[in-house]
Amino acid sequence: MSAPLVRLAGLEITATLPDGTDRAIVRDIDLAVQPGEVLALIGESGSGKTTIALSLLGHARRGCRISGGEIEVAGHRLDGMTEQQLRAVRGRVVAYVAQSAAAAFNPMLPIMRQVIEPALVHGLMSRETAEDKARALFRALALPNPDTVGDRYPHQVSGGQLQRLMAAMALITDPALVIFDEPTTALDVTTQIEVLKAFKGVVADLGTTAVYVSHDLAVVAQIADRICVLRDGTVQEEGAIDAILFAPQQTYTKALVTAAAPRAPAVPAECPPRSPGEPPLLELRNLVAGYGGQDASGNPRVRILDDINIRIERGKVLGVIGESGSGKSTLARVVAGLHAPSSGYVSLDGLPLEGDIRHRSRAELRRVQLVFQNADTALNPAMTVGDAIGRPLSFFHRLGGREKRAEVLRLFDLVQLPASLASRRPGELSGGQKQRVNLARALAARPDLLLCDEVTSALDPVVAEAVLDLLVELRRELNLSYMFITHDIGIVRSIADQVMVLYAGAPVELATRDALSNGAHHPYADLLMSSVPELRPGWLEGADSAFVLTQGREASVNGGCRFYSRCAVARPGLCDTASPPSRHADDRTITCHHDLDDLASGLIHAA
Amino acid sequence: MADRWILRLVARRIGGALLTLFLVSLAVFSISLLMGGDAAEAILGQSATPEALAGLRASMNLNAPPYLRYLEWAGGLLRGHLGTSLITGLPIAEMILPRLASSLQLAGLTALVSVPFALTLGIIAAVKRGSFLDRAISMATIGIVSVPEFLIATIAVLIFAVTLHWLPALSSSRDIFSVTDLIRVFAMPVMTLSCVVVAQMIRMTRAAVCDALDSSYVEAARLKGVSPARLVLGHALPNAIGPIANAIALSLSILLGGVIVIEVIFNYPGIARLMVDAVSTRDLPLIQTVAMIFSATYLMLVTVADIVAILSNPRLRHR
Amino acid sequence: MTTSIPVTPAPRKRFRPRFSLVLGSGVVGFWLVVAVLGPMVAPHSPGQVVDLDVFSPMSSAFPLGSDYLGRDVLSRMLVAARYTVFIALIATLIAAACGIFCGLVAASGGWPDAVFSKMFDTVNAIPSLMFGLVVIASLGASTTVLIGTLALVFTPGAFRTARALALNVTALDFVTVARARGERLPYIVVREILPNVLGPLAADFGLRFVFVTLLLSGLSFLGLGVQPPNADLGALVRENIAGLGFGSSAVLVPAFAIASLTIGMNLLIDAISARRAGGGR
Repeated sequence: MSAPLVRLAGLEITATLPDGTDRAIVRDIDLAVQPGEVLALIGESGSGKTTIALSLLGHARRGCRISGGEIEVAGHRLDGMTEQQLRAVRGRVVAYVAQSAAAAFNPMLPIMRQVIEPALVHGLMSRETAEDKARALFRALALPNPDTVGDRYPHQVSGGQLQRLMAAMALITDPALVIFDEPTTALDVTTQIEVLKAFKGVVADLGTTAVYVSHDLAVVAQIADRICVLRDGTVQEEGAIDAILFAPQQTYTKALVTAAAPRAPAVPAECPPRSPGEPPLLELRNLVAGYGGQDASGNPRVRILDDINIRIERGKVLGVIGESGSGKSTLARVVAGLHAPSSGYVSLDGLPLEGDIRHRSRAELRRVQLVFQNADTALNPAMTVGDAIGRPLSFFHRLGGREKRAEVLRLFDLVQLPASLASRRPGELSGGQKQRVNLARALAARPDLLLCDEVTSALDPVVAEAVLDLLVELRRELNLSYMFITHDIGIVRSIADQVMVLYAGAPVELATRDALSNGAHHPYADLLMSSVPELRPGWLEGADSAFVLTQGREASVNGGCRFYSRCAVARPGLCDTASPPSRHADDRTITCHHDLDDLASGLIHAA
Repeated sequence: MADRWILRLVARRIGGALLTLFLVSLAVFSISLLMGGDAAEAILGQSATPEALAGLRASMNLNAPPYLRYLEWAGGLLRGHLGTSLITGLPIAEMILPRLASSLQLAGLTALVSVPFALTLGIIAAVKRGSFLDRAISMATIGIVSVPEFLIATIAVLIFAVTLHWLPALSSSRDIFSVTDLIRVFAMPVMTLSCVVVAQMIRMTRAAVCDALDSSYVEAARLKGVSPARLVLGHALPNAIGPIANAIALSLSILLGGVIVIEVIFNYPGIARLMVDAVSTRDLPLIQTVAMIFSATYLMLVTVADIVAILSNPRLRHR
Repeated sequence: MTTSIPVTPAPRKRFRPRFSLVLGSGVVGFWLVVAVLGPMVAPHSPGQVVDLDVFSPMSSAFPLGSDYLGRDVLSRMLVAARYTVFIALIATLIAAACGIFCGLVAASGGWPDAVFSKMFDTVNAIPSLMFGLVVIASLGASTTVLIGTLALVFTPGAFRTARALALNVTALDFVTVARARGERLPYIVVREILPNVLGPLAADFGLRFVFVTLLLSGLSFLGLGVQPPNADLGALVRENIAGLGFGSSAVLVPAFAIASLTIGMNLLIDAISARRAGGGR
């Protein structure tokens, strides 16, 4: 075995807390990466993975410092180097690809200038040579318009493209080591797969050594050779990828692998039998919502939601899947009354529901509760969590004094939080705890319908698992209905009875949970499902490359199918001019020009 | 760069400023309407017989309803007729012009001295954040910004005129034939005026550059191995252009206030001195005109700063 | 399968008073006490001529010397401090109250926002000292006019701060949650928004106070503030300006007194903001 390219021995990083004390946030790290190898650093937030990755550049975040250990990269000993010496190494020997490309690019400068900057700053080549090399890298990373994208400013380019441009910026100096810090976390799952392929291809071609930081085991399984599992700043386990995935030794690793595996579908709750003629709990018919005033046909100028039709029965769960820009959050806000629809019919238990909360009765407000994604901002930092939960009790049920306190404790119990937290403020709680408080607050109103807007997306996988289990249990205990909005089709498969797939504000598929696993699917739903990485190495190579279409086609101008520009089986002349019809079967409804038999017979995968 | 959308943005900004100027004129005019007693009485003073008053009021058109009087006044301003002084009877334009020139000299010299100095010191303080130099600068600027301008003037006079006898406290002759004359006439007022302007500008510049240096893209650039000089000049400063332009505009607008006190203390024959005298004699037309000049100047400074911020932002230039 | 959640004990915050907090609150507190009690402990009547020598230096008989008429500077200052502090305080309170109210209303959007913003932009466009001059020229320099003018000049600043703070907080999800529950505006403003903006508002109040004090002193210095026979600290400086040539305490002490008040308030503001941010800059 040749000498490792990267070596960490006894690394320790200390942080200075606001009150002045020091605390070691990373301890006893021993790591080695062979040349050409890709090592993944896996862990949840607070595990220290980004801190360790940054130490490979000799950098520590504000308030932290590298307090001990040896850091060696490509023969350079980084610990003990002065800033000036480190400057010679950064960007030249080690390069960094940040998590958020939008934050890493200077909005005031054109892209090309920033991409070639490392090469110029280290005096490696002339400007013209650097620009040529940059364009070659753009091509290798499968960027559209590789010759002109450099002239643009960061805000004119999409997230997935920016991520690849950042990779080009890192690779332009042919560094010995590239550090990828959660580069695909902020991207849609369909974009993620393109970016992953691009990264993997380029890293393999150039023979670069890489350290890949992530919390997503399935993504990491596609790109890494070895995995190192971190928790609370220490190494839990380390090994080859097959070993970790299929034979984890430590408990924590096992928990991670379990959380990453697809969830087993929840056993459908036993609902009381539905009497015939009973209206659904929530019904939406032909709902249209948007903003910007009205145009000639009475529709909003900017349409966010178009022709939404939904039925949720009591005790059932509807999953709403969509990526960024699909309008799924607006859907939740419309049902909650925060955004009035421009047209369409909304009913609760058969009775029409006003579009604006100001016109809704208190009983109606109580029965539909909204739970937000980001528990950090959904809880008032100045209020104790006990008071936050108590407010709906006094507002809806007029409880006070001892009764209210008892009910608050009961709710704490319901969401499995210790009662001692009631006097704390949100800032003192963990992410998972805050989300449970969020849930408790919604449940305090005794709703019939919970609108869960990406409630687990901001949580670490293990914590998210626990919250999902809680949701399943609550549904069973309280006979609740959910509209569960997410971008993660794996979650939806396990918790929902019915699934609606949204694309650009319009529903493209509505299917039962079982129907998702087989049969005909809308091309977008198919793309979505096949873009989710499976927890096995080699999946990425097998993924249909013909399926992934980046910027091949002009979007349909008016009246055509919204998915036209990305659809692999679109028929020019038909799909870009006419609105697709809805095709119904027993267990699914698909809005597409192709008929169900064609879609079922593998038309998409044959393309 | 000649994107129509951004030109519309700039035009809207200028339009907004003009609207504000119009509202200011309304406000200035209305306040002076509130003055007890009227102009005719003030002019005639002792010889205010009822007939004389009536005659003067008629000739000055004081009996017209307020909005007509406003239109007359505003219309006159726009056409360059700045009115007549109530006390001296001279056309205001004649009275103002030489004093305006003097004040502009003072303000111009101050700006010339302060802006480069403050910008440099502000950037240095931001780059060397937390160091002894930075904290010393912070303490000094807080101190200067917190105290009244006349205190700074008195301290300056105390040190340089009374104790050191380097400069005379008051300069009598206005003729400038040599550099020594220049220093003699302008040194104390400019120095005093600059103190406050510089202090304020340093604080704002430092804050703007610190913000830019704290941003994630500067950290990303640092991780590319970019040198500190290039980080500040190439990455942080382009993003700080807007806030810095704002800082310059606001600090220069301090001149509009500070110059009043300075001209009084140092007996400098500028337009602000004229204004203060006009207040004691209640020479309303003069007061109104000078107030409009000052407001227009302030609005112009702030609007220019905003336009600079708009034009320097690529997100607005290329949509 | 549910995992148990470990409970971390609440961190105990160590209270270590910062130097600027101590110094700032000490100075401001001192001046508040002087403003309230000053006139009662003055050794001489402020208008009484007690010294045959004018501009005498500090001595045991006259701890702060005597002024241009031979009156005791200490006594005059104890009375003048009351004028400065009270006028500034009242004007700041009015400015803050109006500014915060208008700012919170404007933050809820709609035409109040446009109207208030334009209105306050207009007031702001007239440089503060100039504005003071125009008003006083028209209405005379009574205490009421003075307080009203000072309040009017500095309301726009308080408005802008309150509005920006309210807009920031309103954008946060917990306010949306309250709205979705059907809570009415008063509840949202008082229980959700206000507790989160009190800190910055307090800091802004202190800043307004500094500006008001400086403008008041400036106006008095120009002879347009507090009128004789009453005097505030700025007027004291004006009266005794002739003593500047030989560094008399009669002109220097009031001037430095004003400075100490404003600097002390600035230190207090900085200490409050820094402590809230949980760490120094």
